[in-house]
Amino acid sequence: MSDQARSPIPLPVPTQISSPHWEGCRKGELRVQQCGSCGGYVFIPQSFCTHCFSKDLRWVVSSGRGVVYSCTTIHRPQRIEFEVPYTVAIVELSEGWHMLSNIIECAHEDIKVGMPVEVVFQKMSDEITLPMFRPVTE
Amino acid sequence: MAGNPLHGVAIVAAYNTRQAKVLEGETDLSIIHDAVDGALKMAGIAREEVDGVNISTLRGGVSSRNGVHMMGGRPSWCGNSEMGIASVLEAASAIATGQCETAILASGQAGMYKDRSATSPWTRPSNEFVECWGLYTAAEFALIAKRHMALYGTRPESLAEVASAIRMNGARFPEAVFYGREVTPQDVLDSRMVADPYHLLDCAMNSEGGGAVILTSAEKAKDLDVDPIYLLGGALDRQGMSYVTAPVWDKYGHVGQRAAKITFEQAGLTPEDVDVCEFYDPFSFELIRQFEAFGFCEEGEGGDFVMGGTVRSDGKFPLCTNGGLMSFSHCGVIQMLQKVISGAQQLWGMYPDELTVPDAKVAMVTNGGAGALFTDTMLIGKEMP
Repeated sequence: MSDQARSPIPLPVPTQISSPHWEGCRKGELRVQQCGSCGGYVFIPQSFCTHCFSKDLRWVVSSGRGVVYSCTTIHRPQRIEFEVPYTVAIVELSEGWHMLSNIIECAHEDIKVGMPVEVVFQKMSDEITLPMFRPVTE
Repeated sequence: MAGNPLHGVAIVAAYNTRQAKVLEGETDLSIIHDAVDGALKMAGIAREEVDGVNISTLRGGVSSRNGVHMMGGRPSWCGNSEMGIASVLEAASAIATGQCETAILASGQAGMYKDRSATSPWTRPSNEFVECWGLYTAAEFALIAKRHMALYGTRPESLAEVASAIRMNGARFPEAVFYGREVTPQDVLDSRMVADPYHLLDCAMNSEGGGAVILTSAEKAKDLDVDPIYLLGGALDRQGMSYVTAPVWDKYGHVGQRAAKITFEQAGLTPEDVDVCEFYDPFSFELIRQFEAFGFCEEGEGGDFVMGGTVRSDGKFPLCTNGGLMSFSHCGVIQMLQKVISGAQQLWGMYPDELTVPDAKVAMVTNGGAGALFTDTMLIGKEMP
């Protein structure tokens, strides 16, 4: 875990609904909502299950392991605070849900769809730790 | 579909103002004025005859009720849908149900975007699960394209062919912002990378401009000195907020398929009947995806489908015949309606000879894309269905 890894980029402002996710990241856990009724995973955080409409959502801890579902290496930044190149990916977690993130600790040209990755937490501020992903090494 | 009320509505004006990278000395309102004025003159309709209004800007603070005031403040039907196929279908519904007889749709943007050091501000998401990873519109659409390329082996050369075909149309269209700028597929591949697989020339540009459309009942259209363009069918596919959830191909890659099926059924037509494809072209792969989703070819075959001149101006399915968002104009508030405008103008034979599709009777118009989780479709034609 690196401290203040990058220059200031726009950081998430947690909401009442999303706070447990960000709290998990601070503690080194990738938390996601799971429906107590249908078992489906829900991300981004919601007030009710988008699969079955139940309000019985519970926070669980993901394995933090998955594969790169899709990825793009960015050469023109969203804003100048992002240092190029950087790689944005959709990660498919082992539980079958998807999230956007960055792939780090890997040469950009080596990042491929289907590549196994694991979560690595990057502390950005006292409140925000971002879950990024790196190749599974072993 | 017999008796579809949409079929009783016609386009009687489709007008673009001047478009430019920057419209010096203009404002949103001055451009909107020119768009409305141009459309009224084109239809030969007095301002007082308009009893339905959707004149609005997404970000510029002009609401449709401001628009009613601009039109004279008479009691009028007032639309609120996003400018484009959605606003056309909303106004057509109002006409078909007798809430108004003649509706004007207009928008425009000027004097807004000057900073070229990073992406346009309105392409940057603010969502807490998107912004911090450095995403923006091109990245969202790149994630869709890259999945398709991994699944089906779609090649950058196919993307470049699409971008070149569209940009070559704009190069020959005098009103296009990039008029005269010819672009080969190799030029696209050689342009600098923005968000892999998208090079600069795979992406839409940013510009300024305005436009307007006037719709009226087919009955009233007969009294005008204009060949009506009829609404043959149209539908919206929306799957959620743009740029909030990850654009996962399995869930969102086919957006527009349902809408296109409905649209073709309403029109009693198939993709084979389409003479002109005025598809939404924010990024090159999105066109390949749309041809697949709408049934012009099978899923995974879009990359091959667009090769061999199929989508060039003299091909079987001419694409974005005025240069589209890549070469004609893309200002962020009117560009979706400009697809309708382009389809109508092509059917009216208003384009230069070398861009005119001979005997074109049916145009397919689309808005949106998988990276934004929505795709709307519409068919318009010269003959009443």
